[in-house]
Parts: sequence; C-alpha cells; structure tokens
Amino acid sequence: MDNVSSHGTTAHGHVHEPPHEHAHEELGWWRKYVFSVDHKVIGIQYAITGLLFLLFGFCLMMIMRWQLAYPGRPIPLIGQWLGQARAPMGIMLPEFYNQLGAMHGTIMVFMGVVPLAVGGFGNFVLPLQIGAPDMAFPKINMASYWAYFLGGVTMLLSFFQRGGAAQSGWTSYPPLADIADGQTVWLIGMVFLITSSLLGSINFIVTTVQLRAKGLSWMRLPFFVWAQLVTSFLLLLAFPPLEAAAVLQLMDRLAGTSFFLPSGLVISGKPLAVAGGGNPVLWQHLFWFLAHPEVYVLILPAMGIVSEIIANNTRKPLWGYKAMVYSVVFIGFMSFVVWAHHMFMTGMGTTMSAFFQTTTMIISIPSVVILTALLLSLWGASIRFTTPMLFALAFLPMFGIGGLTGLPLGLAPSDIHLHDTYYVIGHFHYVVAPGTIFGLFAGVYYWFPKATGRKMNDLLGALHFWTSFVCINLVFMPMFIEGLAGMNRRMYDGGMQYKYNASVLHWNVVQGYASWGLGLAQIFFIVNFFMSIKWGKAVDRNPWEATTLEWSAPSPPGHGNFLTEPIVYRGPYEYSVPGAARDFSPQFEPEKA
Amino acid sequence: MNIPYTVEIRPDTGLANGKLGIWLFLASEVMLFGALFSTYIILRNGAAEWPHGELSVPLGAINTVILISSSVTMVMAWASLKMNDWAKHRLYLIATFVLAALFLVNKYFEYSDHLAKGEGPWHSTFLAIYFTLTGLHGLHIVGGMIVMAYFIGPGAKLWRANADQFANRIEYTGLYWHFVDLVWIFLFPVLYLL
Repeated sequence: MDNVSSHGTTAHGHVHEPPHEHAHEELGWWRKYVFSVDHKVIGIQYAITGLLFLLFGFCLMMIMRWQLAYPGRPIPLIGQWLGQARAPMGIMLPEFYNQLGAMHGTIMVFMGVVPLAVGGFGNFVLPLQIGAPDMAFPKINMASYWAYFLGGVTMLLSFFQRGGAAQSGWTSYPPLADIADGQTVWLIGMVFLITSSLLGSINFIVTTVQLRAKGLSWMRLPFFVWAQLVTSFLLLLAFPPLEAAAVLQLMDRLAGTSFFLPSGLVISGKPLAVAGGGNPVLWQHLFWFLAHPEVYVLILPAMGIVSEIIANNTRKPLWGYKAMVYSVVFIGFMSFVVWAHHMFMTGMGTTMSAFFQTTTMIISIPSVVILTALLLSLWGASIRFTTPMLFALAFLPMFGIGGLTGLPLGLAPSDIHLHDTYYVIGHFHYVVAPGTIFGLFAGVYYWFPKATGRKMNDLLGALHFWTSFVCINLVFMPMFIEGLAGMNRRMYDGGMQYKYNASVLHWNVVQGYASWGLGLAQIFFIVNFFMSIKWGKAVDRNPWEATTLEWSAPSPPGHGNFLTEPIVYRGPYEYSVPGAARDFSPQFEPEKA
Repeated sequence: MNIPYTVEIRPDTGLANGKLGIWLFLASEVMLFGALFSTYIILRNGAAEWPHGELSVPLGAINTVILISSSVTMVMAWASLKMNDWAKHRLYLIATFVLAALFLVNKYFEYSDHLAKGEGPWHSTFLAIYFTLTGLHGLHIVGGMIVMAYFIGPGAKLWRANADQFANRIEYTGLYWHFVDLVWIFLFPVLYLL
C-alpha cells in the first residue's frame, strides 16, 4: 500500500501546482484507504473482501466434504470448537450441514464471485480501460462497497444467532424457507447486497456510456468492457424481482402473510395457523428470474478477463471480435427468458417446459460462439505461457465442460432424471469454479502489476495453477459419475443410507482429499500475493506489452488515473499488425509511432 | 479531480450523467414493482374468491388527486428554476412536500381503519398484497420527501454555487416523483376498483 501513495503524487501530473496537489495530500488515511471514493481503491477493497469470502465459503465446503467422506466421524481439528448446537462431540448435526450448504452457496455467489468479478475487476479495470478519470458517481460507488460490506457482516453474524444461519439452500424455497430458522437475517443481508449491486450497476453503465475517452467508439471497446456492461444491465434489471421476493418472504415471516404458503399446509402433523392462499412456486419464478441472469453475471466478467489475456498472450487480435460483442449482448437479452428451466420438476406443464427448453437451447448458441472465437484465437499463435495465460487457457475447456453438461439439464426429459442429483452440482461448479474462478485468478495475475507496480512470482503462479487444476477436476469430475448413478445432492451423510449409492460412495473420499488438496494449493497464491506486494519484480506501465488503455496509465495510477487526457486511435486488439515496428500497436498511440 | 458531464451534456450521447443514472434507477424500480404486480396477478388468478369493496374508494380517489397535483407542483418547481424565479421555486417545492405529507396522513387513516378491525396483512391474501404494495409505495413517498426536504433545507445552497447543477438535481427528483406518482396510478384501480 505504501507504493500506491508514493506513486499517487507523481501520477497526478500537477507536481508544479502545489495548492492542487496539497488538496490530495490532506486526505487522511481513513479517507484514502477506507472511505475512499477512488474507483481503484474501491475496486481493491471489493477484490480483497471478495477473495476473503471465497476463502471462507471454501472452508465451509471443506468441512462439508469431511462429513460426506466420513459420515458421523468427529471433524478433526476444528470439530471441538463448533459447539453443541452444531456438532456435539465434533460430529456434525444435519441442521448444521444444511446451514453450511445454504451459506456456502450464498457466500460464493453473492459475496465472493460477483463482488470480485464485478465490484473488484469492474471497478478497478473498467474506468481505466475506457480512459475515464473515475466512475461517474464516486460517492455512490463508495456507498455500493459499504452496502456490500454490511450485507456480508449481516450474513456472517447470522451464524451466531439462535438456531444458526439460514438452512434452506441459497435458493431459499418456501414453504421451508418461510418457517425455518435463520432465514430472516439472510433476507435482510440480501437486501443490503441487492442495494449494493443496484448502486454499482447504475454506475458502471453511466460510466461506460458517458466517460469513454475521445475516439473510443463502441466497436473499439475492449471485450471486457462489453462483458461488464451487459453484466451491469443484468444486475440492474434482474435483481429487483428478487428484492420484491425477499420483501414478500420477509412479510411471510414477520407480518404473518401467506404469499408463499398454500392453504392447508401441515407441518410435523400440525396444521399451520396462517391464512393460506399463497403459492410456493411463485417464489421459484421470482427467484430464478434473478438467479438465471445471475449465472451470466458470474460468467460474463470472467469471459471478458479471459479474452483480454488471450489476445495479449497470443499476440493476435481476438478472432471474431464483433461476433463476440453481438453474442454477449444477445446473451444478455436471452438470459431474461430462460429462468424456468430450473423448474421442470414443479409440474408447471409441458407447454411452459417446451418454451423454456427452446429458449435455453437458443441461449447456448451465443455462449458457444464466444467460446469458439476464443479457441480459434489460439490458432497459429506463438503463445506466451505466462501465469495469467495458464489460467485463461484452462478456462476454455473447463467452461466448455460446464456448459456442455448443462445441455441435458436444459432439456426437460433428461432433466427429470438428473434434477437434484450431484450431476447438477458438477455442472454448475464446472462453470463457476474452474470456469469463472480460474478466469478471476487469471485477472488477478494479469492486473496485479497495474494495481501495485509489481509482478507476481511466476514459479509460485505455475505451482498454484497446476495443483489447483488437478485437484479441482478431482473434486468435480466424480460428481457427474455420482449424479448419473442417481445420488441426491442434499444428503448430509453423502447418501450412504441408500443402497443404490453404494457403488459410487468411494468417490466421496477421493473428493474429500482433492478438496483439501485444493485448499492447500491456495497457499501458493496467498504467499505469492503478499510476497509480491513487497518484493515482486518492479515493472513499468506496460509489462505485458498490451494494447488497451489501462496500460498507458502509471502503475499504479494516481487519483485521476491518466497523466494526460487519453485519446484512442484504433481498435482494442491490434497485435502483430503487418508493417508495424513492434508486435503490438496500443490504442493510445497515434499512427506514426 | 472533476468528473466530466456532471452538468454539461455529452454531445454524442445527448445526456448528462445524472439524467442517465436516474433513468436507469427508474428502470430497476419498474422491475421491482413489475414483480410485485405480477405477484398480484398470479395470486389473484389462483384465488377461489377475491374480496371487493374492502377499501374506501373516496379516500383512494382523494389520494390520487393529491399525488397528481403534487406532480404538477413538482414540474412547476423545476420550471421556475429554469425561469430563474427562486421564490416561486421555493413555494412549489414546499407545496409538493406538503401534498406528499397529506397523502401519508390519508394513508394513515386508511391503515388504522383496517388495523382497528384487527385486519392486518395476515388476514387475507388481498390485505397482504394491499399492505405490502402500498407500504412499499409509501416508503418511496417518504424517500422522495427526504430528498425534497434536503433541497428545501441544506441542499438549497447549491443554487448559488452552481445553478445548472441544482436545476438538474430538481429535475431528477421530479423524474423520480413522477414515477412514484405513476405507481400509485396503477395501484389505485388495481386495489380499489377492480
């Protein structure tokens, strides 16, 4: 962090103008690093908070993996600290397993991946890539981070309330979620998180539309900016229905309404004393109206990051940039009309199912177009195997597996067999974990020099990559086998009470070891991250010889970002232009350079 | 450091930042109330019977008139700024605030009528929808009143420092206020008349 401040003064470019310079120096430590309105500081705050939540959510999952591999055996090391209400004698209670499951999903999606991908990378990179001095509304930007922070704290504290945290899955289906412990605090936490993403998405869209540098026309935008723009529209328009649903569920829990409670509901042999007349499937519609676009919120920023890195490390323009842009916009539109493919089992009727499976097949086309374009970009390239490129390359087949295994789930007939099995878990984790999270790691390695002025260590980076790559596949690949065998995804004993699971139970042990190995592999990253802040190789503005605007700013950029107003002369990926002196022609350099 | 286009209009988009921002915010609000109205449609379609005449149409009609009038005074508050008439602006903005408060007073009497009979949101699906939708709408009214109070009070200083920016802020407040008004224009027939 010392680095940021020392470069901050030179970067401003008004060294000969003392009064102005002074105004920035007077910002105290709190205003500069904690309650900052600078998009880069907010981006780093988002990224670090997001990474910590990813680690925490992953720890919850490692505890669950112990229970699945060795059901009923005391949890080693931490078991004794969990308390009587969670794990008496260190043996996990089913209720606690449910809490871990619900909170693992909530934390990873809403507090880990999205804040890192959108809040972190979007905030730090997007204004730099479009040549803006900051976000359009810096104070709202700060409010967005703090709303997220409050939401995160609320969710963490929910573990300590009586009855524990929410235990109805991250999907919070009623009627269970209407009556189970812990849900009220979850809903309040979600309202904070939704507010945060609303403020953030408005800011991203306005910034992209209004603050593009001179010459930066729409088709000269880096693909990352397009991905973030579409993502912001999804957050803006898809989250409010979940907010509405959260309000209705809060009313059910606090004011005694029955929005999601049907008449004649009997719980543990006793009729529930409510007016009834509600509709539990209504929640599923409102929830998935958000949560399916949310899937694209998770994947599009990673696609954007990977595109930047692939263009840079293949030293070639992206193959089919325009097709990719049209595809990402089309994905944005289509993602609003596919939600009920999560609901084939609710009995909503074959007409509805036919409609939603058709739209689902249609939306797979632009995703395949983007993936194919990225794959073809590798053709004939002399690839630089840098650490970010390793993760970006792995993203392609991992996201490919995740996407293709989704097709049988999008078709009603095959979904009826696979629904609620480990196959589903395998499918969406391939999209989000070795897919998105690998993309995000790629981004951390790629833009770390811009944020700190130093590169991360390549040996530790390679170790991090290869160990993670092997372990993560050993965690998720067996899930397809288990799921096809029919193993249900919500069994707290890993499904050992059912005879038909016997042939696949041993995979739970393999997955256990693989997930703990994956945990250990992250130590390479953590060590590398902190070590490189202090001792990493110091670099200049453009260590990757890249073409986009962020590389024309100092590393790290000061408040206001650019020393001179950036002007854009060409498209985003002009690598290896025939006749040019070097193999990269940056957007910010005029023709004669 | 100055953010460009906070007051002046960007030539190629024809917008100032705040104008685009408030429209995007309203788009998200449309989705919020859209989801709530959809909930109403689905629950009403699934209901065996639907109560009629539970609400007082005259009170609702009076509130509709109050809100529509407040939209007019809101526009006048902005237009007087554009005509450089500060005194009139103050008058119209305060009038808008008072009309909003009147709306809430009226709403209070409606609510307490129901609650006195022991008929809260828990009583039936209809009342659950009624209290939730009008409650959220009421919160939006309160939000608008807080913003107006700010521009009547401490926010008014900006007029001297940067008249254009102040006029823009009143315009954005107005856009929000018309939206809140519009939501009520949907709520009134849906809950009181149909």
